[in-house]
Amino acid sequence: MTDASVVSLRGLSKVFPRGGVTALQDIDLEIERGEFVSLIGPSGCGKSTLLRVVGDIVEPSAGEAIVNGKPARRARLDRDYGIVFQAPVLYDWRTVAKNISLPLEMLGWSRARRAERVQEMLDLVELTGFEGYHPWQLSGGMQQRVSIARALSFSPALLLMDEPFGALDEMTRERLNMELLRIWRETGSTVVFVTHSISEAVFLSTRAVVMSPRPGRITSVVPIDLAQPRTNATREQPRFFELVTQVRELLHMTGADEIVEPALAPEEGLE
Amino acid sequence: MSVLATPGAPRGRVAERARYWLPAIVVFALGLAAWQWLLPDVLHVESFLLPRFSDVLGALRDERSALARGAWITFKEAFGGFVIGSGVAFLSALVLARWRPFGNALMPYMIAANAIPIIAFAPITNAWFGILSPWSKITIAAVLCFFPVLVNTLRGLTSVDPESIELMRSYAARESSVFRRVRIPNSLPYVFTALKVASVLAMIGAVVGDYFGGSTQALGVVILSSVALSHYEVAWAAILVASVLGLAFYASISLVERYVVGWHPSVTRRAS
Repeated sequence: MTDASVVSLRGLSKVFPRGGVTALQDIDLEIERGEFVSLIGPSGCGKSTLLRVVGDIVEPSAGEAIVNGKPARRARLDRDYGIVFQAPVLYDWRTVAKNISLPLEMLGWSRARRAERVQEMLDLVELTGFEGYHPWQLSGGMQQRVSIARALSFSPALLLMDEPFGALDEMTRERLNMELLRIWRETGSTVVFVTHSISEAVFLSTRAVVMSPRPGRITSVVPIDLAQPRTNATREQPRFFELVTQVRELLHMTGADEIVEPALAPEEGLE
Repeated sequence: MSVLATPGAPRGRVAERARYWLPAIVVFALGLAAWQWLLPDVLHVESFLLPRFSDVLGALRDERSALARGAWITFKEAFGGFVIGSGVAFLSALVLARWRPFGNALMPYMIAANAIPIIAFAPITNAWFGILSPWSKITIAAVLCFFPVLVNTLRGLTSVDPESIELMRSYAARESSVFRRVRIPNSLPYVFTALKVASVLAMIGAVVGDYFGGSTQALGVVILSSVALSHYEVAWAAILVASVLGLAFYASISLVERYVVGWHPSVTRRAS
């Protein structure tokens, strides 16, 4: 582990007691400050479980997860990361502004400071003017932007994202991809991003971690050397297609032949 | 509702409301007319079966002080039982949701107890509290309210999607914070559904409880003694009072619901 490591996973395994399913086996991974790392793999490869182990939401059966130089549990108690799920997980009884300020409330920020930060976050995700709305009055894409604003509101060093755009249509997804990259550049945070879309993983990441199912293992790590900042033109570069092909072939080698592009595969089973 | 009917257009709104309520009002008027003329004059329904509407109104006027006194006594019993039963049920649900194994152990019995016809205990509660005590009726009302509120609140507290809890865990939230910020707000629509049911049950419990003892001026006793004296129009007037009380009770809880659960999509959409 180097000083720059934000996430350091060593010999991680996870066996779910029910059914004895081995979700993760011998996972070793170092993620450095400022990286954007995608976990990609077919359904059931344990990528969501891996993300939850990093966030200390699921406990590993063996091995250890170090986040910001401390055990994952300590990091969670110190509120070192923000998390975004596939569903926006907003609370209907709170307005947009109050959803975004939820973590700030729990950190004991003053009302004035919270209000100020909420405005900044609304600007960041381009939802200024929607602070008084309730979540169900917004579109799916807007809800997910609120969820991202909430995760970033307390400036966590690490952002964990579990297929955040999986339930959105392709156009919205591409727009939010661009927005996420802008936010990532502006905030300088480290992102761990679970997806089963190959093109999304290649477009967003600095590294793509390819995983295989049953038991969930890391089969390869692909550095994505596309120039920063990424733009819509990035998707048309020959290098982009090369990398997409490379990741796809690596996925096929894992025996995950059933993988399809995300627009056609909305459902992902429990991992 | 169409986008064009903005809240700033009161005339359109009143007209729309009137159109919406008109059929119900017509049915109400027809029902009263049938009660007043059709049943006694055309169908020759005897007055001991159903007195004429105007006779019931007359009894309502003549006996208004006795009815008002009875209504107040019975309403206090119902309300007391409602507050105690619902309150204890809500707190019990919190405990059962917080300590799930405990909840799992007790829940089957709670559900089974819910199926017991609690009204059957009404004569026995007199033996517990004394024939003249209002507590026998408060107890009946409270026990009737307890189970629906318990079961619904528990469902509301526990039917939170796992990711909501994972999110709170990611913030290192304490259990009390999860309850305050997620579980309790999530349960409120369920709680209010149960409270509305409970308000009706509390009135039933109190009136039926009156039949078995307690204050001789209570509304249930007025019904019972009027029937015994063949003063059917007074009995019907008392029933009318009990019904209006029950409706008012229910409606006031609906109002509180609108205020407290105003964020809920179903409430706001209905109101807009």
